[in-house]
Amino acid sequence: MSVHPSTLVIARHVDMTQQSKRSLGLIAATAFFTAYSAAGALADSAGATFSDGDKFSEKTGQELYTNVCQACHMDKGQGAVGAGKYPALAKNANLESGGYPIYVIVHGQKGMPPVGSMMSDDQVAAVVNYVRTNFGNDYKDAVTAEDVAGAR
Amino acid sequence: MQQSQYFTGMSRRNLLSLIGLTAGTAAMYQAMTSLGLAVESGYKGPVKLEGDPKGATVLILGAGLAGMTAALELRQVGYKVKILEYNKRSGGRNWTLRGGDTYTELGGATQKCEFDEGLYINPGPWRIPYHHNGLLAYCRRLGVTLEPFQQLNHNAFLHSSKAFGGKPQRVRDIKIDFQGHVSELLAKIAHTGKLEGGVTKEDQEMLVEALRSWGALDKDYAYTKSVATSEFRGFAQDPGGGLGGAPVPSEPIALADILSSGLWGSLANFSLYEFQTTMFQPVGGIDMIGKAFTKEVGDLITYNSKVSKIHQDDKGVTVTYEDVTNPGAMKEEKADWCICTIPLTILSQIEINVGAPMQAAIEAVPYASSVKVGLQFKRRFWEQDELIFGGVSYTDLPITQISYPSTSFNTNGKGVLLGAYTWNGPHSYEFTSMVPEERVRRAVEYGTMIHPQYKDEFENGISMAWHRSPFTLGCAGDWTEEARKEHYDNLCQIDGRIVLAGEHASYIPAWMEGAILSSLDAITRLHQRVVTG
Repeated sequence: MSVHPSTLVIARHVDMTQQSKRSLGLIAATAFFTAYSAAGALADSAGATFSDGDKFSEKTGQELYTNVCQACHMDKGQGAVGAGKYPALAKNANLESGGYPIYVIVHGQKGMPPVGSMMSDDQVAAVVNYVRTNFGNDYKDAVTAEDVAGAR
Repeated sequence: MQQSQYFTGMSRRNLLSLIGLTAGTAAMYQAMTSLGLAVESGYKGPVKLEGDPKGATVLILGAGLAGMTAALELRQVGYKVKILEYNKRSGGRNWTLRGGDTYTELGGATQKCEFDEGLYINPGPWRIPYHHNGLLAYCRRLGVTLEPFQQLNHNAFLHSSKAFGGKPQRVRDIKIDFQGHVSELLAKIAHTGKLEGGVTKEDQEMLVEALRSWGALDKDYAYTKSVATSEFRGFAQDPGGGLGGAPVPSEPIALADILSSGLWGSLANFSLYEFQTTMFQPVGGIDMIGKAFTKEVGDLITYNSKVSKIHQDDKGVTVTYEDVTNPGAMKEEKADWCICTIPLTILSQIEINVGAPMQAAIEAVPYASSVKVGLQFKRRFWEQDELIFGGVSYTDLPITQISYPSTSFNTNGKGVLLGAYTWNGPHSYEFTSMVPEERVRRAVEYGTMIHPQYKDEFENGISMAWHRSPFTLGCAGDWTEEARKEHYDNLCQIDGRIVLAGEHASYIPAWMEGAILSSLDAITRLHQRVVTG
């Protein structure tokens, strides 16, 4: 299995944030309607959407990738390099085990926030399956919502 | 009725928390304090570094506020200081975008700022609480001129796309009416002596009088349409002069409408310690602070330096870096000590031989997502049409807020708004995922729902998505209480010859004050170690 054990051990030291706590910082810096947040998912030709509320509304793996993961890992999964880098997800051998991306999405890793805390189990599974079968990855053993639930 | 439930079985303590604050606000404030977001800054006056460092050398990584604060103070007491900086400029996140500036984000998209001369946007920090004493002291010392930053503007908007038919409401109306209605409810209960739990008769009487004055209640403890309530919430027609100058009272918004609108959710922003008056901004842009520091220590900075390795042994620290203007050209810099202010997103990817506790701490802090969009308009319609001079409008739309410039008030020229400012949450990631032009387009589209003038007056815009920032890979350290408990001290401890500093090594992450206090604490402890051997 291609999961990096050391990474996982370290990742467990990271607090497994509840979104409710994390969102306090958000209230402090900006401010909001936690109970009444609204946007109305607006999609355009590029597939860009806005969620309704404080959880991601996108359903399919592709929608989730395009509106969440792409922020850092870029439109073709190519990642990016600056003073540090965002790893490419394209042709990434670490994706061989579906448990690894599930873990990283749910718990975060190093500077990466635990974006899975704003997704349902189904959504995490969908985006993991999307990434593992696109961008030059071809891992056919789909992960399930149950796998995600077990990793939370 | 739901409201009355709140008032049955009311204890004195609960009562106190209700006065002046909604229960939600109190709970939130308490939670925020425990997260370290609202604590006092802890600046103890100018740093005193006594004792001779005997020519010791210090290498500082990062020419942001933390790095430059350390450089300024350490050189002054005799250290030989050098700074390596990744960007081709100093200041880090203390940064202002003006017309003619270009910015290339991760992914390669380059934006050129097309603002007119004198107009700017602060893509990072932008406001200074009056109690951020460390930063204020340096502004004073380095000659950075400040002006008031308007946080609360009673005439700005609270907006929900799902309430009041999508029509924005004035902050004043929601705030005053909410206060009035709550006062009425509580006064009526207090008047009948139904408060329990150690609230004496005298207290109840005093409370009723306090609520009458604070909530603008009439003799029957009612909050109603009247000249008296309009003195607080404003008039349908303001008092004028001459014939027809008589004021016309305005109609308060019903409590049920305020409650169901959710707009009360934004009121807490105007109560928070960090956002209370007086707030400041530097005249001309937030980067006046970074520039003032650079005037002092700019000669120490080597720009375009991308650090790839930090190695320490018993003799000193060796830092390997690449000159990014000459890719592949690796260089080395050696010093006795190292102060590293590199953001943890990046430091966690750099080879560094520190102990396991510090290494774990370096890897334990995710970085917040944040997006800002600056929009230039042909005229300052928010002032001319809507009498909004500075301050912030809050909305449930993805743009989250619109902030009006706190400078050049009541002038005829063009103006730049902060047209979107997200912080974590889905919308921040969704905005970041877009190409820059799309972010601007969306900010205009949503802003038009609050200010229809956008349509005719918009000229150009620029966006900053902090997760696409090549020099930070995120906005700021996003600590949780649990992570702080386990890792914070380990992050701040001196490890051999290396100490970390920056907003991420503070209890006020994302604030400039955090960077400065962290730096002052780090150099104080480091200096102690140097002079005591």
